[in-house]
Amino acid sequence: METGTVRFIERDGGLAPGAGAPPPTAELLAGYRAMVLARRLNEQAGALVRQGRLAVYPSSRGQEACQVAAVSVLEARDWLFPTYRDAAAIAARGVDPVEVLTMLRGDRHCGYDPVAHRVAPQATPLATQLPHAVGVGHAARLKGEDTVVMALCGDGATSEGDFHEACNFAAVFAAPVVFLVQNNKYAISVPLARQSVAPSLAAKAVGYGMPGVRVDGNDLAALTVVLGEAVRRAREGGGPTLVEADTYRVEAHTNADDASRYRDDDEVAEWVRRDPLLRLRAHLLAEGALTDALEAECAAAAEELAARVRDGMNRERAADPDEMFAHVYATPTAQLVEQRAGLRAELELEGS
Amino acid sequence: MTGARKRTMAQAINDALRDAMDADGTVVVFGEDVGPLGGVFRVTDGLTRDFGEQRCFDTPLAESGIVGLAVGMAINGLRPVVEMQFDAFAYPAFEQVVSHVAKFANRTRGRVRLPLVIRIPYAGGIGGVEHHCDSSEAYYAHTPGLTVVTPATNADAYGLLRAAIELPDPVVFLEPKKHYFHTEEVDSAVAVPPIGRAVVRRAGRDATLIAYGPSVAVALSAAEQAATEGRDLGVVDLRSIVPFDDETVCAEVRRTGRAVVVAEAPGFASVAAEVVARVTERCFHHLEAPVRRVTGFDVPYPPPKLEKHYLPGVDRVLDAVDELQWDAA
Ligand SMILES: Cc1ncc(C[n+]2csc(CCOP(=O)(O)OP(=O)(O)O)c2C)c(N)n1
Ligand SMILES: [Mg+2]
Repeated sequence: METGTVRFIERDGGLAPGAGAPPPTAELLAGYRAMVLARRLNEQAGALVRQGRLAVYPSSRGQEACQVAAVSVLEARDWLFPTYRDAAAIAARGVDPVEVLTMLRGDRHCGYDPVAHRVAPQATPLATQLPHAVGVGHAARLKGEDTVVMALCGDGATSEGDFHEACNFAAVFAAPVVFLVQNNKYAISVPLARQSVAPSLAAKAVGYGMPGVRVDGNDLAALTVVLGEAVRRAREGGGPTLVEADTYRVEAHTNADDASRYRDDDEVAEWVRRDPLLRLRAHLLAEGALTDALEAECAAAAEELAARVRDGMNRERAADPDEMFAHVYATPTAQLVEQRAGLRAELELEGS
Repeated sequence: MTGARKRTMAQAINDALRDAMDADGTVVVFGEDVGPLGGVFRVTDGLTRDFGEQRCFDTPLAESGIVGLAVGMAINGLRPVVEMQFDAFAYPAFEQVVSHVAKFANRTRGRVRLPLVIRIPYAGGIGGVEHHCDSSEAYYAHTPGLTVVTPATNADAYGLLRAAIELPDPVVFLEPKKHYFHTEEVDSAVAVPPIGRAVVRRAGRDATLIAYGPSVAVALSAAEQAATEGRDLGVVDLRSIVPFDDETVCAEVRRTGRAVVVAEAPGFASVAAEVVARVTERCFHHLEAPVRRVTGFDVPYPPPKLEKHYLPGVDRVLDAVDELQWDAA
């Protein structure tokens, strides 16, 4: 075990020596169930890509503990700032997974209502969402609200200037932000060693003057405790925290990527053995908390989710060309009105 | 490497990088995933293996850092060729490009020139989700000091990149990503086309279509279709947006008296707008009709399911041609 990495549950499900008490069993059971759903969503989305129903899917397989814990520690009034890889976290927040996948199906840039769910649109330009997260948090403070913002990014994104600027702003303004870096060891093909030679990504927090914590990203219990503490501190006015989750991208970057070009199967197999679901399952079984009935219920809920996603994705929504022109400005410019009319006329001619 | 070979555009660019690296030991290639992976489009495939990590390497994930590093390396005598992974992911480097890459020679009164190339896969037509399909040429073309080049054929991709790497000034090299995997004959022995010269892809009597990058293929298809309908359209491929070849473009328009500019980018304040203005200023007395442009709409690049409505296609080009006041002729 790397020094300074918080872990509560060992790979075999046993409690890590010296770690404090894990969260209550009921909480872990809920987390387990959410992870089963997250895994199923990852699998179903992958299948939809293979069937040509989704353009692309960046899977969070192997990162489900991060996906679930990042949102389980939030209140409804808090905000989540996710990336393209965080579909499962958004679904765990309660957004309809069909709406989450709408972007990847190619219908819309964002398929859900960010304000209703307090989930920002999934960010593709790396790290660019992080200053926004700080802004939402700072605004909450100015307005006297106790909102907390959970800002997600990957290990690669920590190299971007926006990551640095966001961390520094958050620290200077004591903004209520939790930065969760899912260190899954790769930025497409580029390994962590090419991003940073700092002792850890969490160690970067020192330079910003905020707490930094490295946590086992495949241990839901540890993540829940660490992120929960960071959220509490942020809510109480204690400022931001940088949390690095030590995890792994089990699948290729996306379906379009060929990971065999830059990493070997043994490395992947080693991380598959550290699977976050298997670990928590072993723990809950050993505790006698996970009964056959509960497992069956999780499995049924997962299948129901998958069926709903399949059904939603199979129901083609006719894309409306008019949508292109909507919301570019609050009031469409004269030019846009003209262009929209031109396209409508064109399509009418085609249709006639 | 000599002789005509079947190459995709990605391979032709790879050939150009290899030949340039062979010819000049100061040429270095770097960016995101360009090393062992060979780039997300495989444009740099095998370069690290064949030239070593010193000549082709992955950087930390930061575009401003990549371009800034290139500036420094160019100051210190190397010829960096850097890759931005996609059009919209080059924006974090904008400060470096606009404030430094473009201005260094001018600020130092020629003492420091930056012979670097920024390769950017650009434009749409690949069903990409948001931020993967921008036509960003106007930002660069509007910035004095930048040479902006975009190939429409695989042979030009090879030749223009060779020329760009040899140029003493910085070049933004825009690669139409929808062509990456199209195969064409490429003869690398053919003389490298000089940067700044447009080329007449198709001679035509009745009207001239002016295009660049991904829109050249659209213009050529439109011309073919028009020919079956009895109208003889020429096609000029700009190849180089900056410097702009007024001579070739205007000679064609003066001959035909009619012109349509085709480009994917939103039309407002665009390269297409500049072309229309230049042609109108220079050819006014030869024109039979106002010069038209067929461009993308003035909207953010739409989601994949709507891109077919956004992209200027053959029909829209031919509609514009129809409106060139033929009755008066
Ligand atoms: C500014 C910017 N540059 C490049 C890219 C292209 N790109 C998409 S994902 C990715 C790797 C990101 O790695 P990381 O931050 O570790 O997240 P992960 O994909 O591993 O979850 C790259 C380079 C991008 N989306 N945005
Ligand atoms: Mg990563």
